[in-house]
Amino acid sequence: MAATLAPPRLLLSGDSAITVEFSRTIDDAANQRVLALDRTLAREPVAGVTETVPTYRSLLVHYDPLLIDFAALSEKLAVLGQLPVPASAKTRRWRIPVVYGGEYGIDLEDVAKTLNTTPDDIVARHVAGDYRVAMIGFTPGWSYLSGLQRSLHLPRRHNPRLLTPAGTISIGGVQTGVQCLAGPSGWHLLGQTAVRTYQLHRDPIFLLEPGDRVTFSAVDAKTFAEQDRAAERGEIVAELMAS
Amino acid sequence: MSKLVISAIGPSSSVQDGGRFGAQRYGLTPSGAMDRLGLAAANCLAGNAPFTAAIEIGPFGAAFTAREGAVRVALAGASRNADVAGRAVASDTSVTLADGETLKLGFARGGSFSYLAIEGGIAGEPMFGSMAVNARAGLGSPYPRPLQAGDELQVAAASGAAERRIDLPPPVQAPIRVVMGPQDDEFADDQKNLFLDSEWKISATSDRMGYRLEGPVIKHLHGHNIVSDGTVNGSIQVPGNGAPIVLVPDRGTSGGYPKIATVISADLGRFAQISAGTGFRFRAIGIAEAQAELRKFAGLLRTLPDRLRPIDNFDLNIEALREANVAGAAVNAVDAGTWQVASAADALTQD
Repeated sequence: MAATLAPPRLLLSGDSAITVEFSRTIDDAANQRVLALDRTLAREPVAGVTETVPTYRSLLVHYDPLLIDFAALSEKLAVLGQLPVPASAKTRRWRIPVVYGGEYGIDLEDVAKTLNTTPDDIVARHVAGDYRVAMIGFTPGWSYLSGLQRSLHLPRRHNPRLLTPAGTISIGGVQTGVQCLAGPSGWHLLGQTAVRTYQLHRDPIFLLEPGDRVTFSAVDAKTFAEQDRAAERGEIVAELMAS
Repeated sequence: MSKLVISAIGPSSSVQDGGRFGAQRYGLTPSGAMDRLGLAAANCLAGNAPFTAAIEIGPFGAAFTAREGAVRVALAGASRNADVAGRAVASDTSVTLADGETLKLGFARGGSFSYLAIEGGIAGEPMFGSMAVNARAGLGSPYPRPLQAGDELQVAAASGAAERRIDLPPPVQAPIRVVMGPQDDEFADDQKNLFLDSEWKISATSDRMGYRLEGPVIKHLHGHNIVSDGTVNGSIQVPGNGAPIVLVPDRGTSGGYPKIATVISADLGRFAQISAGTGFRFRAIGIAEAQAELRKFAGLLRTLPDRLRPIDNFDLNIEALREANVAGAAVNAVDAGTWQVASAADALTQD
């Protein structure tokens, strides 16, 4: 018999959403449970649930209280949230090209210095990683990846930058990320990708899904420029690998 | 087709509707009207479905001109001085602009946002089922950005329908109701009490992403960093400086600060209308009461058409004068012609 999983905490996010919390920390097992509950609700929709938002450690379930009330929905979610996590569902695997360092990743040198190594070594460690999209949030397409190797864990910058470039690849804390739109960030910028994780008038508009696997490959500036033009025309640029 | 030309407009004015849902899992925030009742009332007056795209007008003045035909519009939400060619127009009424006529609006009074609905809606291309402007995501139609003077909206020619007013429940002066959580356990009891017992003011630095609050400093039990989780409209997060931020329709879809409480859905519009510098309080209620209030609010939205009334010209002028708060010897209460509204240019300068 499968061991019973600890019940999630059901937290009130106002009158029209419930936060189903599996952990208070970044925890891979908790993220697997979040994604599993998300898939369950997609496969077997509960009447009144309007939208779900997976994050590292919790699933935010938006609902219409005119169709289902808090008591009824939380009872259902408590049961569904304790189901054993099925053997990993088939996931997509992407390879995302990155131009590292220089003007594309202005913190690479400093990160190398802080970690007493060379920029090339930082790139090698980052490229060696096998990551998973733990959540997408903050701004459209901003994909937070888990699986950053311990030797690259660094506290966030003391002074967040108000503007960082579109396509930034960065590390912060125990995470790495693919940022789509230009915007503020407190993370360390390692490089830039031509891949747009969000692009209007392209099919699909959103490239990555929570749960997708991601690896990075290093490319030179010339390749980046070519890929950037192709991406601007609506090409996906990222490689979908055989899983 | 006619055109509605934006002759003058201030900041924080954009096309908004009920919002775009379904892509929060990709980081795309819903956007949509700050005050859904205001939007629905304006649309109801214009004969539209309640959450049809309309113009959300920020606190400053604005002017709109009909071109290539007549345009029928309706104004609701925060009230303002309004006139068309010297004829005063009351809030919560519809009015038809003849070709070339301009509707001039003054500053918002007793609120921050007004809604100008246009009979037949605004021509545009919805993305994810919505025309609402979300400038950072490059979304919104016909312009994926706030409106500017000179913009032109393609709209239907006026039908010639009789003008109407809408009889809305009187504004409520009561605390903004919240449901505690989802992270109220990140705060000691005395801090939760401080949050609930204090008077707050909306900071002038607020925008369509978040309303920053001015008041006492709220301290965290375990520091201000939590692992990011999902947000909703009305989430009240407390960052490191202890000054709460209430998240509104252009919010980030996730956030890494503890959320002490959430504004109830029925009070979101009333909260969004509180103008910068005005004092208000919060009051905590239970989830059952919050959901009962939401059902009441949904009932009000559903029955808005029952609140439409014909306009009597005499009533209209009296109402406009009363709302304009122009008590003085220079004004003849039965002659709207003696009441001067600011010109479009004047309307854009601070009071």
